[in-house]
Amino acid sequence: MFRARYKGAVAGSGTFSGAGFAVKLVLIALVDALGVFGVLAAWRAGSWGILAATVALLVAANWVYFTKRSLPLKYILPGLAFLLVYQVYVVGYTGYVAFTNYGDGHNSTKEQAIDALLVQNERRVEGSPALPLTVVESGDGELGFAVVEDGAAEVGTAEEPLAPAPDATLDGGTVTEVPGWTVLDRPTVLQRQDEVTTLRVPVSDDAADGSVRTQDARTGYVFQPVLEYDEAADTMTDASTGVVYTPNDDGQFESADGETLPVGWRVTVGFENFATAFGDERYAGPFVKILVWTFAFAVLSVVTTFALGMFLAMVFNDPRLRGRKVYRTLMILPYAMPGFLAALLWSGMLNKSFGVINQVLLGGAAVPWLTDPWLAKLSVLGVNLWLGFPYMFLICTGALQSLPGDVYEAARIDGAGKWRTWRSITMPLLLVATAPLLISSFAFNFNNFTLIKMLTGGGPRFDDASVPLGHTDILISMVYNVSGLDGSAPRDYGLASALSIVIFVVVGVISAIAFRQTRKLEELS
Amino acid sequence: MRRSILLASALATTLALTACGSGESSGDSTAGGDASAEPSASGSLTVWVDETREAAVQAAAEAYEEESGVDVELVQKNYEDIRADFLAQVPTGEGPDITVGAHDWLGTFTTNGVVAPVELGDKAGEFEDVAVQAFTQDGQVYGLPYAIENIALIRNTELAPEAPASYDDMVAAGEKAGTKFPFLIQSDGDKGDPYTFYPFQTSFGAPVFEQNDDGSYRPELALGGENGEAFATWLAEQGEAGLLSTDITYDVAVEAFAKGRSPFIIGGPWMLEQFADLDLAIDPIPAPGDQPAQPFVGVQGFYVSAQSENALLANDFLVNYLSTEEAQTALFEAGGRPPALTAAADAASSDPIVAGFREVGADAVPMPSIPEMDAVWSFWGVTEASIFSGKADDPVKAWDKMVSDIEGALG
Repeated sequence: MFRARYKGAVAGSGTFSGAGFAVKLVLIALVDALGVFGVLAAWRAGSWGILAATVALLVAANWVYFTKRSLPLKYILPGLAFLLVYQVYVVGYTGYVAFTNYGDGHNSTKEQAIDALLVQNERRVEGSPALPLTVVESGDGELGFAVVEDGAAEVGTAEEPLAPAPDATLDGGTVTEVPGWTVLDRPTVLQRQDEVTTLRVPVSDDAADGSVRTQDARTGYVFQPVLEYDEAADTMTDASTGVVYTPNDDGQFESADGETLPVGWRVTVGFENFATAFGDERYAGPFVKILVWTFAFAVLSVVTTFALGMFLAMVFNDPRLRGRKVYRTLMILPYAMPGFLAALLWSGMLNKSFGVINQVLLGGAAVPWLTDPWLAKLSVLGVNLWLGFPYMFLICTGALQSLPGDVYEAARIDGAGKWRTWRSITMPLLLVATAPLLISSFAFNFNNFTLIKMLTGGGPRFDDASVPLGHTDILISMVYNVSGLDGSAPRDYGLASALSIVIFVVVGVISAIAFRQTRKLEELS
Repeated sequence: MRRSILLASALATTLALTACGSGESSGDSTAGGDASAEPSASGSLTVWVDETREAAVQAAAEAYEEESGVDVELVQKNYEDIRADFLAQVPTGEGPDITVGAHDWLGTFTTNGVVAPVELGDKAGEFEDVAVQAFTQDGQVYGLPYAIENIALIRNTELAPEAPASYDDMVAAGEKAGTKFPFLIQSDGDKGDPYTFYPFQTSFGAPVFEQNDDGSYRPELALGGENGEAFATWLAEQGEAGLLSTDITYDVAVEAFAKGRSPFIIGGPWMLEQFADLDLAIDPIPAPGDQPAQPFVGVQGFYVSAQSENALLANDFLVNYLSTEEAQTALFEAGGRPPALTAAADAASSDPIVAGFREVGADAVPMPSIPEMDAVWSFWGVTEASIFSGKADDPVKAWDKMVSDIEGALG
């Protein structure tokens, strides 16, 4: 099918008769149908960003698959689209959050913050009774409450305060019928629950007496607002003290004497988060230490695992060794274990008083493997070596087996010894094949959150720091701690995102430099 | 080419699904307001529960479904994830209508505006006072409590036939029993465990925050000063004596007690499953200081989302269906935590173990739910651990640094 279409494209002939075209038409139609559905759903939800992105992708897909001028795009468009949605968008969003104060107290939009403040500050009038309540509707569709107070029925709406309704029928303590009003049945009440829960029926003409509201459409209570929002002035007023709160730049309502209301909203704060990461002395000190350790950890992890993996690969590549297959299979075992499980097992085995290593292997010594700063670093590297060498062993074995035999023959003829052959032939050729993998291994270890979290949890804690970070924390686990996701610290997504951006830049720059170096390596060979 | 088209269609599906995801909530509301919709299909309720509570809530949900014709959808979540996910998802409109949770999340939930008050009305009186008090902030109740939990001294009656009168008594009885550990108290490695250690701290008169008359907390640290330093010194002494250790994690402690290696363990009802074949008694925690040792009380309950579009259903379900003795007893049987409803708690107290925990809980203090508490936990535990493990040279200095660090974090 492909060839036929390609020919057609080259010849520029407009023969759209093939079965392939029919299949394409059907598939594109499916894509379009789903896309249009997505657009409609986004429209209904008011998610304009998603709507625009869906429309753009849909147009792009149709153009790419119906034009004859974009053969390469036909192959890369799906991948490109996934890249946009799952990578570029995520990076972009993280970048955006890094410039906001998203975190505890600034969790949402201003509208939601105002709603939350109002609902939190509506108080039940002290000593007011619980009123059995029925939802009623007037002739012109206006909702009202019929309540029973002291055995007498009263009816009112948002506009009309509660007034006695002596001719109402009472049954079991609730109103079942009121002349001039329709009593709504349960399903109808549930359908209009939004109107019911927001309805406030004043108790009397005096607003200070409060108003009746209900949360379950069965019982009403008299409530009084403590905070009042003035939409025109965009201010909050405390009804009891008269203090006026106005919005400030941090996304909070603030009174004249600097007091703020608890619920705030998300605002952009410029470079404040970056300034905190580098400038706030509580973070700056640990940040530098953690940055250095992250580099050391990532580089040493790659170097040690590669060295061990390559050594073993060369040993087991020797045809004189018997039972190579069995050994190789055994070597790969650590790789077959899920990383977080292995790290957890190791953290148990390295426990100072109860771990297997101290108890059995070292005869009851109390070596603080995970609680001494330097030993903990060593343990992390050791466990990572155990976890990582099979991967290096695999790729080195593969690369070694694909090295051409003739260069070794030439080296032998030239009289090169074993060491010389390894240094000048094996090593460079091996590096050409494995360098990109080493770079990706570096990037992986730079962000090896699982290992740190499961093995040491970042501990032992810095004694001199005032933030909950430790000697084996790497940047990504620092981000996790700062974000407060585990509930052990206040959440600060803004700062965590800013740190993520720093990590992104560091890994990006190093990868770019390293790949450039690799290219040089290829030229050499 | 066919393959790339397939990929493209997969992509469009993904996009469409994403769009649907965000469209769901408003879709519901349009359906709800749609006059042509069948009256019986009047909305649905989404409830987040964890696996231990799912079956019990399911029973109440079915009763509610039957009477009101509303769909109740239970979503099983990892308990550890609920708090963060609720905070993140409620503002987007994607969150549940109701979630199960602990009362000490309340402060974070209200500062972030994700929970709505629940008016218990006269039902409030049917609950244990401490349960409603724990879910109260600034005079408003924000959840329906269903269980109360606290730690106590669990005693293996075979190894120690009598309840210890004081801390020294307990250590002496433990040593007399000839077991490996005189008593067991867990520590999460070098992160410590301030929750389990708290009764010891209160006995020195150093509560974490100042308490108001109504039992709520003010964000003013109270764990510093002379009393706090006395506690720190005591910790260092006990650590040196080998009674406290960072290596005794929860798993180690529970296993050691289950195997009879200690007559005492300080812990909660969640441990009991592992001690099924031991004869146990529940005692108050002996105080090393001169004031009573008061553990924290944690109250479990249900929160209503501030962005719920089914607020009426959610409140109705909580206040009128999950507050019944039947539902609370079912939750007790599922989770083993003493119920918050007094009638259900009385019934559950026929079991001496439950009664024992309840008795200790009566003198306990609610865990602070103010948002400032988040900043305290991690400093607190690590400092305690570094003191009794001997890592900190000067316990008083370490304690004072902790106090100033917490003050720095509180801003």
